Amino acid sequence: MCAQHLLCVTGIACAWLLAQANAWAFGSGVRVWLPESITTTAPAIDRLFYTVLAITSVVFVLVQATLLIFLIRYRHRPGHRAAYTHGNNLIEIIWTVIPAGILVFLAMYSQRVWSQVRGTPPPPDLEVEITAEQFAWNIRYAGPDGQFNTTDDITTINQLHLPVHQTVLIDLKSKDVIHSFFVPQFRMKQDTVPGLTGHMWISATKTGNFEIACAELCGLGHYRMRGALTIESPEAFQAWLIKTRKEQES
Amino acid sequence: MSAHPEVLPQQQMRRVVGTQLLLLSCFLLSLAGLLVPEHLKAIVGLSAALVLVVGLWRRSYLFSTDHKVIGVQFLVTSLVMLLIGGLLAMLIRLQLGWPTHYTDEAGLAHRTFLTVQKLLPGGFSSGIMDSGFYNMLFTMHGSIMIFFAIIPLLVGVFGNYLIPLKIGAGDMAFPRLNMYSYWLLPPAILIVCAGFFMQSGAAASGWTAYAPLSTTLGPGQVCWIVGIIVLGASSIMGAVNYVTTIINLRTNGMQFFRLPMSIWALFITAIIVLMATPVLAAALILLLCDTTLHTSFFLPAGLIIDGVLQHNSGGQVLLWQHLFWFYSHPAVYIMILPAMGITSEILPVFARKPLFGYHSMVYAIMAIAVLGFLVWAHHMFVSGMNPTLGTSFMVSTMVIAVPSAIKTFNWLGTLWRGSIRLTTPMLHALAFVSMFVIGGLTGIFAAASPVDLYIHDTYFIVGHLHYVLFGGSLFGIFAGITFWFPKMFGRMLNETLGKWHFALTVLFFNCVMFPMFILGIAGMPRRIYDYTGYAHLAHVGPLNRMMSVSAFCLGIAQLLFIINFFWSLFRGKLAGDNPWQANTLEWTTASPPPHGNFVKPLTVYHGPYEYSVPGRTDDWLPQHVKA
Repeated sequence: MCAQHLLCVTGIACAWLLAQANAWAFGSGVRVWLPESITTTAPAIDRLFYTVLAITSVVFVLVQATLLIFLIRYRHRPGHRAAYTHGNNLIEIIWTVIPAGILVFLAMYSQRVWSQVRGTPPPPDLEVEITAEQFAWNIRYAGPDGQFNTTDDITTINQLHLPVHQTVLIDLKSKDVIHSFFVPQFRMKQDTVPGLTGHMWISATKTGNFEIACAELCGLGHYRMRGALTIESPEAFQAWLIKTRKEQES
Repeated sequence: MSAHPEVLPQQQMRRVVGTQLLLLSCFLLSLAGLLVPEHLKAIVGLSAALVLVVGLWRRSYLFSTDHKVIGVQFLVTSLVMLLIGGLLAMLIRLQLGWPTHYTDEAGLAHRTFLTVQKLLPGGFSSGIMDSGFYNMLFTMHGSIMIFFAIIPLLVGVFGNYLIPLKIGAGDMAFPRLNMYSYWLLPPAILIVCAGFFMQSGAAASGWTAYAPLSTTLGPGQVCWIVGIIVLGASSIMGAVNYVTTIINLRTNGMQFFRLPMSIWALFITAIIVLMATPVLAAALILLLCDTTLHTSFFLPAGLIIDGVLQHNSGGQVLLWQHLFWFYSHPAVYIMILPAMGITSEILPVFARKPLFGYHSMVYAIMAIAVLGFLVWAHHMFVSGMNPTLGTSFMVSTMVIAVPSAIKTFNWLGTLWRGSIRLTTPMLHALAFVSMFVIGGLTGIFAAASPVDLYIHDTYFIVGHLHYVLFGGSLFGIFAGITFWFPKMFGRMLNETLGKWHFALTVLFFNCVMFPMFILGIAGMPRRIYDYTGYAHLAHVGPLNRMMSVSAFCLGIAQLLFIINFFWSLFRGKLAGDNPWQANTLEWTTASPPPHGNFVKPLTVYHGPYEYSVPGRTDDWLPQHVKA
């Protein structure tokens, strides 16, 4: 079997397997892809993601196609001799400047989104304190007096309720090891670091039930460190808060 | 080797391989203790005794200061560790393919599982894989692959074997130090793997060993820390030797800008090792103190572990991450630069054309090395580090993509108007270029810090790192081994077997690793023992199973390489001095080269890639031949 045949067979087999993989990925009728986005900042992150995807896809196709064309076009043939050249400074400069330009664009774009998402948060309507431990999320609301660590605080375990269309500041702490507060639909995660308080702000745009995942290895139960997230109307949220406080007092 | 002047060099090299394998199997015999825990002590004792006997019997093959023997010793040891690391990866895929119910699935999967369960009873106490055992698997897979397979293969094997031969030297500057640098590797492996034999199990906090988790895990984790410190000492010894040798022992006329690219890459890699590894050693010693002496370098006040308030104060959790990544990001370049050098070396030989842009290739390596020290905190965008600091690391990470792009374009430029012969080493080198492009481009997603907020610690990152370390480094290693095997052992590898191994490896590698990007985009966190509980991951099961099946096939395909290696060692076609008609100095001497490498000192007249020079009948012009 000669090398060219082998390359062909490999190429065809790769294409077939990728088609199969695609069928597997779509098999259950649901596309395995980005989950829905439910915050004001998530669409900006998605747009950046798709921009990077578009640029890298074009580069990917161009480079792989060039490689393949060169392998076929400049394959060894008896009587043909390779060109004798050590390079060309002009072309070196061109293919240094073009990627540099694209990357400067991406860096500036990333910086804009980054300051929007991780910069100074807007004044919050609600502050929630989440303390992670092996393997649960302890959630604390300030209660009527607006102060944390007072007797009227409302605490739950693994049950985070947030009002829709309000800016929420989430303070993240940890009791033991590093965990990471990750809600895929927020397109965000933030490590909870013992000894530090991390911050994340969001403003939800959709109501519904979602999940909190732990994204940093935290020990044996890491995989089952799941929390429930409910995003509801401000009225329903207040009602839930009052109900939970009553349950706690009794 | 002078103890056996009567044996042929070829036979000598075979004996080096055989002795090394014998010794390693005596070491690994102690693993059998896992199968029969009641005879553990006897088996470990027997294995220790056998190691001693083999060590004494074959001491002249084991304790050689010849750089070629040491290179081959590194090769055998790290290939065995590559195999072990690969087996651990297959166990990981077994769990991820069939996370909850082994019984309802295909019969074969179930039978495989039952077999594995019998082999490793310690990991399957409740009939399914334990989550703690799973954590050990990916921790040890990562650590073994990075520290005991990829780094020793690239730096240990090619550094030792190639540097003196390619610069025209008789041996390394410090042959004895070189021998010590190898002999620190087996103890490091033993110490790190010893955890498997302990009640607490092996290390289980990921290869990154983030504090405070790593300080809570017991003896297996302590072994990991000590073992990696020992390995670091080995790396530093090797690197000192490489730098000294390349600076001082170049033969007449071998100017710096006449060095082959692989030597440039190894030279700069050795400098990175010298600058970065001591930082890791310091960090590991601090972590060891935190774990065993109850100091508080990385542990803040008020930690409550297992319900017990710890008596620490004043430590900084993020300090560990800064120190660790200050080493471990340059370590990524330690693992890719030599592979880039090997690729730059092989493409001109089989395109019969000078390397395109030799100088810009060298400057690109230097730029990568310098920038490689300025990007470490891109691993920490979501760690709680100040977001403003994140910006500067985002920018530096974007910048480091430029020299990588330059290298890729120069490789394509080398192929342009060449006369390309698709031999096995060439195919692996081309796969390196093709796969490294995917690894590099997916790095841009992670560099764009807002996107990293989402894909950090998901399978996207696992896919990215495997495209760099398997698609990049490992294909570079396969290219290097298949290219220099004739020089090392005097016989050619079988081309048909080699091409089949290449084709199947590329195919199944992509089938395992490419879907990881899709899983990451769907939000699947890494290091997750069972993803079925998550609502947003309800549909990723079939894709995971397809990846697992491909992973097993990828493992089986490596048998072709093993068969080819041993068959060719004895029965391969005799290679002669220069089977590939290449220009560099190692091809001017016998295969395998005699002790001292060259019969008489060589003089170098021009650069290493003078192929298809106009006006000559041959399409190659060796470095030591006047034009």
